[in-house]
Amino acid sequence: MIDPFFAGHDPQLRQIWQAATIGIAGAGGLGSNIAISLTRAGIGKLVIADFDVVRLTNLNRQQFFRDQVGMPKIAALAQNLSRISQHTLLEPHNIRITPDNLDALFRRCDILIEAFDLADQKQMLIEAWQSRYPDRPIIAASGVAGFGNNNALRQIQSGNLYLLGDGVSELTPGISPIAPKVAAIANMQANLCLELLVNCRDVWPKRPSENHQGVVKETQEDK
Amino acid sequence: MNTIIVNGNTMDWEDGITVRTLLGKMNYSFPMLIVKINGTLIRKEEYDLTLIPVGANVAIIHLISGG
Repeated sequence: MIDPFFAGHDPQLRQIWQAATIGIAGAGGLGSNIAISLTRAGIGKLVIADFDVVRLTNLNRQQFFRDQVGMPKIAALAQNLSRISQHTLLEPHNIRITPDNLDALFRRCDILIEAFDLADQKQMLIEAWQSRYPDRPIIAASGVAGFGNNNALRQIQSGNLYLLGDGVSELTPGISPIAPKVAAIANMQANLCLELLVNCRDVWPKRPSENHQGVVKETQEDK
Repeated sequence: MNTIIVNGNTMDWEDGITVRTLLGKMNYSFPMLIVKINGTLIRKEEYDLTLIPVGANVAIIHLISGG
């Protein structure tokens, strides 16, 4: 008997996405939105790392709630994801990501999604990931500030590096990204992730990833 | 004429041109870039020493804060 959560999912796609492990680097405006969409799509396992806490100033664009202010973002996100689905195993890490802990955090991931705020952090992550795992995609974002101009949102690709955004919009100091555009780009990242999993499933080498299908099942039985 | 391709545009190649000289010629002053030569990532520590081969396909991607 299929769980009602998956009743409206394509059975073939469900299998592919349930078998995937996706890394999300950052749980802010991009990462919190990406995590929610990938959970709804039925990704089997998410590895998410962030060192920050939820602040009132985050609520204009990040998927947290007023009663979560002060919580580690990772803990708040875990709470929110568990309210959506019990079919995505979450491996949360309350830690700052560096080139030194990148392997320990994300080595089992099929795809890494960059969801940082600062450009120097984006560069660090892209360079470190592409040096270590040149055969695995990294999906990054660049140019998320502002509003409007939907037609400027685009995807550029260079090998296994994908960048989503408008590629030009700089942040005005003191002004946050605005909810619709940052969520749109986050969902473009998530959308591409699902596409790559389907298109590349036959060509990727087998990962040393654990069989989390069994773990998910145990979680269901616990409930 | 020897050339290279930079972000899809053809440019003249010069003997001894490095990633750093190319960035200077193109007025790329953005602090955060991703540079690839023929699909291979060049880390920022390597910009000064990496020579661009003739005919190379160079991708320079500007990273912007926000997220």
